[in-house]
Amino acid sequence: MSQALEIKDLNVNIGDKRIIKDFNLTIPKEEIHAIMGPNGTGKSTLAKALAGHPDYEITSGEVFMDGESILDLEVDERSRAGLFLAFQYPMEIPGVTIANFIRAAKNARLPDGEELNAPAYYKELYEKMDALKIDRKFTSRSVNEGFSGGEKKRCEILQMAMLEPKYAVLDETDSGLDIDALKIVSDGVNALRGGNLGALVITHYQRLLNYIIPDRVHVMYDGRIVKSGDKSLAEELESKGYDWIIEITETAA
Amino acid sequence: MNAAATQLEIDRDKGDFKYEEHHKYDAGVGLNEGTIDYICDVKGEDDWIRDFRKRALKVFEGKPMPTHWATKDLENIDFSKIRYYLSGDNRTKKSWGDVPDEVKETFERLGIPENERKFLAGVEAQFDSEAAYSNIKDAVAKDGVIFMGSTEGLMEHPEIFKKWFGKVIPTGDNKFSALNSAVFSGGSFIYVPPGVKVSHPLQAYFRINAENFGQFERTLIIADEGAEVTYMEGCTAPKFDTATLHSAVVELVAMPGAKIEYITVQNWSSNVFNLVTKRAIAHEDAVVKWIDCNIGSRLTMKYPGVVLKGRRARGEVMSIALANEGQHQDTGAKMIHAADETTSNVISKSISVGKGRSTYRGQVHMPKHLKGCKNNTECDALLINSDSRTDTYPAITVRGGENYVQHEASVSKVSAEQIFYMQQRGLSEAEAMSLSVNGFVNDLTRQFPMEYSVELKRLIELEMEGSVG
Repeated sequence: MSQALEIKDLNVNIGDKRIIKDFNLTIPKEEIHAIMGPNGTGKSTLAKALAGHPDYEITSGEVFMDGESILDLEVDERSRAGLFLAFQYPMEIPGVTIANFIRAAKNARLPDGEELNAPAYYKELYEKMDALKIDRKFTSRSVNEGFSGGEKKRCEILQMAMLEPKYAVLDETDSGLDIDALKIVSDGVNALRGGNLGALVITHYQRLLNYIIPDRVHVMYDGRIVKSGDKSLAEELESKGYDWIIEITETAA
Repeated sequence: MNAAATQLEIDRDKGDFKYEEHHKYDAGVGLNEGTIDYICDVKGEDDWIRDFRKRALKVFEGKPMPTHWATKDLENIDFSKIRYYLSGDNRTKKSWGDVPDEVKETFERLGIPENERKFLAGVEAQFDSEAAYSNIKDAVAKDGVIFMGSTEGLMEHPEIFKKWFGKVIPTGDNKFSALNSAVFSGGSFIYVPPGVKVSHPLQAYFRINAENFGQFERTLIIADEGAEVTYMEGCTAPKFDTATLHSAVVELVAMPGAKIEYITVQNWSSNVFNLVTKRAIAHEDAVVKWIDCNIGSRLTMKYPGVVLKGRRARGEVMSIALANEGQHQDTGAKMIHAADETTSNVISKSISVGKGRSTYRGQVHMPKHLKGCKNNTECDALLINSDSRTDTYPAITVRGGENYVQHEASVSKVSAEQIFYMQQRGLSEAEAMSLSVNGFVNDLTRQFPMEYSVELKRLIELEMEGSVG
């Protein structure tokens, strides 16, 4: 059985519009891949379609997680099977504290009739909050309510660390972060690296990839990957800009 | 099916069971003077009560349905098809051992004897028209606290009962208070002597077991000067094919410096018309707090009120209503300021699910001659689905320049994106819904006694589980 997140010939529509086109990508376990590309090329659509958002219609193709097809699974089933999405715009949940939210998510993963051990849970939560430099007072704050951009993104990484997914998709986690927050978030991702985590990092800018060094870099344009390479591809993009990619793509077509 | 769902299925049936009827006393179907004579004879009541009841019947018959402002659904109550008095035994037992097996089993399934052992100072358990069990812990009784069914209270302590009975809520207050005054039976009677602070809650549990039945309990609570008491009531009924009526009258009297907290968690089945009048009088420096959680029923109309009669008296209503598919929760609060420097606070949260409808009606009254009165009202509505409905009807009368009123209202919706976010973390759709609903009411429920906030959270989970999918 293949230990990877495999996306095969995936086509995704929003309404009548085809956004993701014959998309192929394999992320082996323990690798971090980056997807870069101009705005409006379908990066976030890919992330939400993988997670199973109901507005995104998968018209054809397959997605396998460690050899198991996930497209027939509900959103929450995909999550419990080990897929995590760090949102570009995390939602506020008024009145639900971070501690209770993550606890509910962890409880949802336990077998019939079992409950989380509360002291052990808080010990783990506090350790991981400390590592992400999140003030412990945050546990009693409502999820994302009144958080700054940086706090929201750190909270996403905290949830990822607590839920220990097999594969994570990080959708523009760097947007809205200052350099200090960027370092903290990157450290958080790097700490999970080499364990059991495979990750797909979606970003518009090369900056994040100075901190999370990707194993592979893919350039996405008009719903598909048009170029792949190692870390140096990100640097090349940074100096040449996306116009260069658009040119070579349109010449090839 | 996962563990949570299985657990919920079992819990859902917790209140939905019934036993065969073995009623020794049955007033039959329909309402007339004969019904009242039957009730009085069974109870062995004095003539003044018989007269009181018969006068109330006339008032009831003379009053129109309040459909000019309330829902037309009230017209679907057929008073001629209801049974007004049913009891297995007209004598309340003081030991669970003496309670008939089926009645005892009912309350055991609802967890009442267990709660009594764990955290209550006294318990009354009413089955249809009469209390089957009533007991107060010795330590509390020794302080002179009286806690018994109203039927008994009326017999044993007429001097206290008569003084306050019908004074807070007169017979003619509304059609349903008149109906209750005509056929009332059961309910709690509590008297707390001056300065006595009852440290643990007293609880009553109201259970409807019979079909085509009306439950008309009458509760009277008097906290004398400087006394403190917390009273809790819970209610359930099985699901019947026909409509059931629950129409209680609850009167509270807080003497100077007294404190009464009255907590309701009702979980009526979806065919109960729940039309209840609840009001308190707060004398100088007294505090009355209503905590009112309305889940279930077909139609609930209930506006707990406080008449702030003495200087610096304070009234509070905190209410949560959950209107599921086919249900209408028409709830609110009344704050009648009648002395200087009185304060009132109303916090109302409603949740509408599916085509469920929640309505807030609030009345705040401050006449011109008063000074230094304050009211704060917040009402928040949460809509779960796009066809859910909520309405707010505040009626605020404030005169004079030295009083202060603040009213805030909000309507919010659980968005599909919020649910997606929570599901992406592994919560099922129902779990995500109930977590958002619990989040919405969280700032209120965390002020409740722990046992009740846990119970309420569980009830909300049950309701949301049933509303999705």
